[in-house]
Amino acid sequence: MSPHRLPGPPWPDPIIDLREARHAYGARVAVDGVSFKARQGEFVGLLGPNGAGKSTLIRLIAGLLAPSGGTVRLAGFDPHAAPRRLVARVCALVPQEPRLDWPFTVRDVVMMGRSAHQGLLGIAGRDDLGAVHGALTACDLAHLANRRVDTLSGGERRRVFFARALAQEPRVLLLDEPTAFLDLAHQVAAMEMARLAARGGLCVVAVLHDLNLAAAACDRLVALRGGRVVAEGSPSEVLTEERVGEVWGVPVWRGENGATGATVVLPKVGHRGL
Amino acid sequence: MSGVPRTRLLLALGLGFLAIALAISASCLLGPQPISLRAALDGVEPDRAILFDLRLPRAVLAAVVGFALAGAGTALQALLRNPLAEPFVLGVSGGAALGGTIVLLAATGLSAVSGPAGALLGAAPPVAAGAVIGAVLSTWLVFGLGRIGGRLVPEAALLVGIVFNAFVAGVITLLKMLAPPDQAARLLYWLTGAIGYESGSTLAVGAVLVFLSIGTLGLLSARLNLLTLGDEEAASLGVDVRRTRALVFFAVSAATGAAVALAGMVGFVGLIVPHLVRRLVGPDHRLLLPASALFGAAFLVAADALARLAFLPLGTEPPAGAVTAFLGGPFFLWLLRRQARERDEAAT
Repeated sequence: MSPHRLPGPPWPDPIIDLREARHAYGARVAVDGVSFKARQGEFVGLLGPNGAGKSTLIRLIAGLLAPSGGTVRLAGFDPHAAPRRLVARVCALVPQEPRLDWPFTVRDVVMMGRSAHQGLLGIAGRDDLGAVHGALTACDLAHLANRRVDTLSGGERRRVFFARALAQEPRVLLLDEPTAFLDLAHQVAAMEMARLAARGGLCVVAVLHDLNLAAAACDRLVALRGGRVVAEGSPSEVLTEERVGEVWGVPVWRGENGATGATVVLPKVGHRGL
Repeated sequence: MSGVPRTRLLLALGLGFLAIALAISASCLLGPQPISLRAALDGVEPDRAILFDLRLPRAVLAAVVGFALAGAGTALQALLRNPLAEPFVLGVSGGAALGGTIVLLAATGLSAVSGPAGALLGAAPPVAAGAVIGAVLSTWLVFGLGRIGGRLVPEAALLVGIVFNAFVAGVITLLKMLAPPDQAARLLYWLTGAIGYESGSTLAVGAVLVFLSIGTLGLLSARLNLLTLGDEEAASLGVDVRRTRALVFFAVSAATGAAVALAGMVGFVGLIVPHLVRRLVGPDHRLLLPASALFGAAFLVAADALARLAFLPLGTEPPAGAVTAFLGGPFFLWLLRRQARERDEAAT
């Protein structure tokens, strides 16, 4: 038998706990001593320029990569050493560009989220059917359940993989650039779903590039550069003109969204700014 | 994967068994010498001998080999995430043939020293073991060399397999020079994929190995579905990717090794059959894998019967491997072109 007990409540708080975590791809250090905590019910945005180590960080949390230094704890255990099945019951990852080489239906793909709850042959029980139904409904996919995934639009496809992560019934939801390649309406919808998941008690951590969407939707932001945390706190604390200029190397104007009060940063570029 | 597709599973398996029954009946009853089923069942010679000593064992042999190759091909396609993967194309069959050849030639050499020891080594189990070891090593090599920067590149693995096949063909030709002429001729006939007349014990050893390995793949079929999504996704959904892949490797190698030991290099069965069956039952490997294996059995029995019947007027018969290559070569190229076209469309 495995030394790992099946995870269950009471969940450790914080449920994600990284201390001085490091990871290097060969000689290139991608994550260089990051300490990061996240609790259930909060929506944390990971920001930073390309190559800052954001994607590597969520792969460390998901246990897909081994830390080369420091410690990573997910729900109290080491996610890289623990059996994959156990990790999958606690933590779901929505990849940036999911592969779709095979003509599975929407329902098939969402049911795959149940694998870690099923036996070897993946025979669906009442719990599985219920979770899949709930996830399809929550993501407004019920009417597409029997469609082939490779015939869907980009926005619909993204929802399918989000639904699969919900069907997994995790405590931690990791999103790798959930708004990439989506139009404005779908970007807003994706952030809304992530926010709702956090309100429902999940710990949601998303890699984001759009600072304004992040400021509008996230409870807390963590900015990375060169594999290190350079700023952390509420959107208004992290997104100052000085910090953004420092992290991204772009001069910005910072203001407030007149309608919602959210922090807004806009680059000082264009024929009026330059 | 929505619940258990029980009716579709039963339907697909039922059709598969029906196809096997039809193919075996046709293969048994058709041939140069017309036979009467009633006479054969009543024990009248030569009808009885033709049916039970020649045609039925040969049809069963073809069925076992087709079952193994189509099942192995289906699993390899999931593992490589590419419908062009197949034991023959990837060089797994070639590795098995090389392994089997080495054991056979070693047996010949040994029998010069000690007759009984040579005969023992040249028997079915050691040759099958040689073929399985050859298959395992070639799978390991092809998938190892097809890995670029730690990532498996399907196109690279396919190219490695094709080059490895040419290499193996050369090595076997060189080894054949060491064998006495009569044995060299038999070796050549075996390697071209001839469904012949194996002894009952050989057939039994091969069949047990095939059913164990394809059975293992059947148990892993839900995991194969997840592996088609990519390693990282499969892992995040709870699959121990490394262990699962190793098990699939061994099962595929054992099935292919057994098939090659029984019938030499029969190509493209693992390419044509899973492709057609996928159109029938969809991409869920819990259905696709068993259905492909069954239809693969029927397919090879039919191909062997066809090879026998088509050349009747000439009084010769080509090996079944020639028939499958004749059908499979163009089919491979058609799939390759279609895949390239789809990628091109997806990119624009």
